[in-house]
Amino acid sequence: MKPFDYQRAERIEHASQLMSDGATAIAGGTNLLDLMKLQVETPNTLVDVNKLPMEKIEAAGNGLHIGALVTNTAAAVHPRIKADYAVLSRAILAGATQQLRNKATTAGNLCQRTRCYYFTNTDQPCNKREPGTGCGAIKGIARLHAVLGTSDQCIATYPGDMAVAMCALDAVVHITNANGASRRVPVREFHRLPGNRPEKDNVLEPGEIITSVELPAPVKGTHIYRKVRERSSYAFAMCSVAAIVRMEDGRIDHASLAFGGLAHKPWHDPAIEETLVGQTPSLSLFDRAADVLLETAQSYGENDFKIPLARRTLAAVLCEATGVHT
Amino acid sequence: MSHVLTMDKPDERNSLDAMKQGVIGQPMDRPDGIAKVTGTATYTAEYAIKGCAEGVLVTAPFTRGRVTRIDADSIRDMPGVIRVIDDERLITRAAQGDAGEAPDQGPLDVHYFGQPIALVVAETFEQARDAAKALTIEFAADDLSDVPLDPSAADTERVETTRQGDLEQAMKEAIHSVDVTYTTEGHASAAMEPHAAIAEWDGQQVTVYASLQMPNFNISELADCLGLEEDNVRLLSHYVGGGFGSKLVISPEAVAAAIAEMTLNRPVRVVMSRQQVFQAIMRRTETRQRLRLGTNAEGTLTAFGHEARISNLPGEDFTESVVQASQFLYGGENRFLQLELARIHRMAAGSVRAPGEAVGMPVLEAAMDELAEQAGVDPVALRLRNIPDKHPVKGIPYSSRKLAECLEQGAQRFGWDSGPRKPRQRREGEWWIGTGMASAARIHSVEEAQARVTLRVDGTALVETDMTDIGTGTYAILTQIASEMLGLDPSSVKVSLGDTNHPRGSGSGGSRGAASTGSAVFIACEEIRRELAKRMGTTEDALQLSDGSCAAGGSKKSLQAVIGNQEISHIGHFKPGEVMDKYLAASFGAFFAEVAVNEWTGEARVRRLLGAFGFGRVLNAKTARSQCIGGMTWCIGAALTESLLFDPVDGHLVNCDLAEYHVPVHRDVPHLETILIEERDPVASPIQAKGVGELGIAGGAGAIANAVYNACGARLRTFPMTPDKILSAMPKQA
Amino acid sequence: MPIRVNDEDHELPTDPRTSLLDFLRRDIGLTGTKKGCDHGQCGACTVLINDTRINSCLTLAVMHDGDEITTIEGLGTPDTMCALQQAFAKHDGYQCGYCTPGQICSATAMLQEIAAGWPSDATDDLLATPTLSDEEIRERMSGNLCRCGAYSNIVAAIADVAGNAS
Repeated sequence: MKPFDYQRAERIEHASQLMSDGATAIAGGTNLLDLMKLQVETPNTLVDVNKLPMEKIEAAGNGLHIGALVTNTAAAVHPRIKADYAVLSRAILAGATQQLRNKATTAGNLCQRTRCYYFTNTDQPCNKREPGTGCGAIKGIARLHAVLGTSDQCIATYPGDMAVAMCALDAVVHITNANGASRRVPVREFHRLPGNRPEKDNVLEPGEIITSVELPAPVKGTHIYRKVRERSSYAFAMCSVAAIVRMEDGRIDHASLAFGGLAHKPWHDPAIEETLVGQTPSLSLFDRAADVLLETAQSYGENDFKIPLARRTLAAVLCEATGVHT
Repeated sequence: MSHVLTMDKPDERNSLDAMKQGVIGQPMDRPDGIAKVTGTATYTAEYAIKGCAEGVLVTAPFTRGRVTRIDADSIRDMPGVIRVIDDERLITRAAQGDAGEAPDQGPLDVHYFGQPIALVVAETFEQARDAAKALTIEFAADDLSDVPLDPSAADTERVETTRQGDLEQAMKEAIHSVDVTYTTEGHASAAMEPHAAIAEWDGQQVTVYASLQMPNFNISELADCLGLEEDNVRLLSHYVGGGFGSKLVISPEAVAAAIAEMTLNRPVRVVMSRQQVFQAIMRRTETRQRLRLGTNAEGTLTAFGHEARISNLPGEDFTESVVQASQFLYGGENRFLQLELARIHRMAAGSVRAPGEAVGMPVLEAAMDELAEQAGVDPVALRLRNIPDKHPVKGIPYSSRKLAECLEQGAQRFGWDSGPRKPRQRREGEWWIGTGMASAARIHSVEEAQARVTLRVDGTALVETDMTDIGTGTYAILTQIASEMLGLDPSSVKVSLGDTNHPRGSGSGGSRGAASTGSAVFIACEEIRRELAKRMGTTEDALQLSDGSCAAGGSKKSLQAVIGNQEISHIGHFKPGEVMDKYLAASFGAFFAEVAVNEWTGEARVRRLLGAFGFGRVLNAKTARSQCIGGMTWCIGAALTESLLFDPVDGHLVNCDLAEYHVPVHRDVPHLETILIEERDPVASPIQAKGVGELGIAGGAGAIANAVYNACGARLRTFPMTPDKILSAMPKQA
Repeated sequence: MPIRVNDEDHELPTDPRTSLLDFLRRDIGLTGTKKGCDHGQCGACTVLINDTRINSCLTLAVMHDGDEITTIEGLGTPDTMCALQQAFAKHDGYQCGYCTPGQICSATAMLQEIAAGWPSDATDDLLATPTLSDEEIRERMSGNLCRCGAYSNIVAAIADVAGNAS
């Protein structure tokens, strides 16, 4: 870990100003300190934002505002989130461990960096960590890696679970900057694909700070978060599916779906939902939905399995949600 | 006084059973338990040494070649930096088990990616960690096209062959047969305590606190590394946070700490990072194993072939003895066993818990399952049918063997259904449920060991040896042996371990610690008993010691009165002898597993796992059971999750941390059931005990694999059985 | 403000890089908290901050002025062992002992979390009161690795304390 200047922000504008000047915000620290010890992250200044007033969960119309500093635990166990946004509780509880969830925050988890083995190993090439050095994973061990939306620069995945559920819920990220200007970015548009700038995980600009995530009015239906992993807990997703599905008169009335472990961002494609809505559920329908999901999928040897696994996991989730038996 | 017992013949006296204290075998709580649960047990890195500087190892960022320059000036001005140590005596890898001499030295010649090449010493850990990363090195790396990295493509050398009869012909003539090839991936020991050392030098002697399994060998290794006499080296390992083979030997951090201390004249602590432990200590080799098994119409083995391809770094002698248990577990007159070694530039391969059997047995037992299916014989019955009367090659008898009992009692307790077996018969929602079983076997070995026992004037006893307790229960069982032999309450016995100023024990490794060092304590106690008998005017066998009293004939005295003001101290010295050539001694057992496999995702979960084990005398039923369940937990990892992944381009270990090398977590492990079979093995040791530390891992992954097949129909010939592999092998829905 | 550890105040470290874990182990000599991976991947460093369990390796000591930290030494001493410490000893809920303080700190908080009604990944109904089944204990303890493989005994020890011996 390189030496850094440690500062504590008392106001959002203060934090934002420091960040405009190159400081990195620290809240829970569970991801940042991990990477700083490896010198994957080498900030000159750390601005501790934990004292900023962003730690509340508050009603917002029919929806809910989750403050940027709300811990993963506080969100997952919140009565309204458990009752109205179960997919979010489920996704958070499927991630990491209680110790980590107790520290990890909403904004920090949105900004969680990839687990790509080449990204975290500073003796290896990585365009995300050090643009222009190449990608070790494409010709290397790509087991954790993306099959959707990859580029020849980077095949890393966004590793989190929470954001996948937020994507299914069509949540909105509230962002502010040093000038006090704020903007709203749907979670579905918050993370980027790698393209030729893989070092940039999301749309945040220097000095911008996430203040909260807004959940829209609850959607009734079956909420499911399904995560496939190599061990039964404390492992990143090989593939995950967040789903909110509502049936009416034997047909799918509503479907919101998002996918984890497949891309550089939580994956959402409205065409999948359009394939399903209004239809009578069946295995062949689910297969067609998977065809849409995987139409452009490309794998890299070690992660070939993700294509059939995503298809099957989607089918499993839709069977559970619609009551189709196999 | 030192008293030697050489094990040249079976010890049928069974002395421990004649004792009266009644503590041997009891499920006594560990004497070291209170320190462990309160955080007051001191592990290596935790000694508060005044003025201790901190060292961090620098590792090679290339696969093979030479470091041409280490630019100490590049970090000289960084805060707190004291020195860069690039001494030629630094070692490039850990030594191999029982080496007793220095491993490869001269760190500037690089043989694998991540090899330690220097040590940066600074005032604080934070400063040393940063400076180690900033150190500029120049190097000439060999062209990777000339560096063998892939074990399946590299040249091999034959290292071991057993041939008897004509396997090919027997396979042709067999009524039922299988000829199958399996693969297993590399494993890491991943002990929870990272490798660490603190060195102090007084100008004469270097004292090294280190996390080591075998100080009795390690002292010679370290002395050789440093160019010192053993008298000038002292090792201390009072608590060891797990070893599993990775701490059998002196490793780079201990040598670096000692050299740094002797260079700077200041205590230095070196703790390896978790990533460095993965990259530079050792790995269990991956294997490719071909099994050829053939039977007659009744299912009796006539052909037995087991060939394994393994790998190691050039220059390393260690070979994973994959076919070890195949030599003696089952019959079959036509046999061919062979090991082939590929030389590749990954970190050195070495001992990881139960080297050999840990990967050989699961594959043998999976192949046996295939054979049972082929022959239409119940898997338990097939194994019972093929237990040989005597060693199938050497013709020598078995010392004591409870394999049949383990199979039978295990099957009964588990509720094994011996009816016809067919996969994909039981379904609970999305989950296929199946069962599988396997035999367990692990060779028994003993090692020379010494221990001093002192019966003090206050009527308490002190046991001293440089033997370690790596979690196995050494503190408990040595307490119990001395307590039983001397008629003392266990609270009156103190055991002092892990100090090379004590008599040399056997070390903890190869499941030999309990039988070897336990015997040394037993021998010392026998001598003490002889002396007490003399003082009582009787013979040792007529002497009855219990609860601090001494009885013989009609007379009874307090032990303290017999001791008077003359403490009694003896060193027991156990030596392995010829008896091991006359018998085949091994521990045996059986595993039974119930596994659920998800139809959609291929995830496998172990729902039940039972192990029945026979390993000679049980010295402590609680710690012995813990050794068994520990091994069984490893079976779950070996079967389903654990796999070292190496980069195909430069051979570096890719998943070098605990997030991506998946040791089992709590949720992977169901309640584990064990049966410890009553057994006395007079060949194994004077205390009739064999080893148990590794038996629990020797085959169980095969039981889980067989249950995966029985559940979902995926016959995978590769470990670990991760969801992707299971899915690819699962029959398509009808 | 100082940092409060097991009811004693301590000055914060001068190097902001110092993790809470290194501060506890080195600066104030509380070596009961263990370093197994230093990256939040093993749980050996689990301590309680204001009664909440966290990985002390992944937080900076300077971020905790005014916080109350409880380590294994604060849960019980050899003379005053807490119920979980006693149960781990009785059930042989350890082998090498290195992960043990973290397991016990973690279990201490876990029992409070269940009492507070927090669900886990193993909870069937998010809105129901969670039960203390073995499966719940296993999921909730999965952040604490034990390479010796004492899990089965650790679960037994925790269940014993929770009055739910299995």
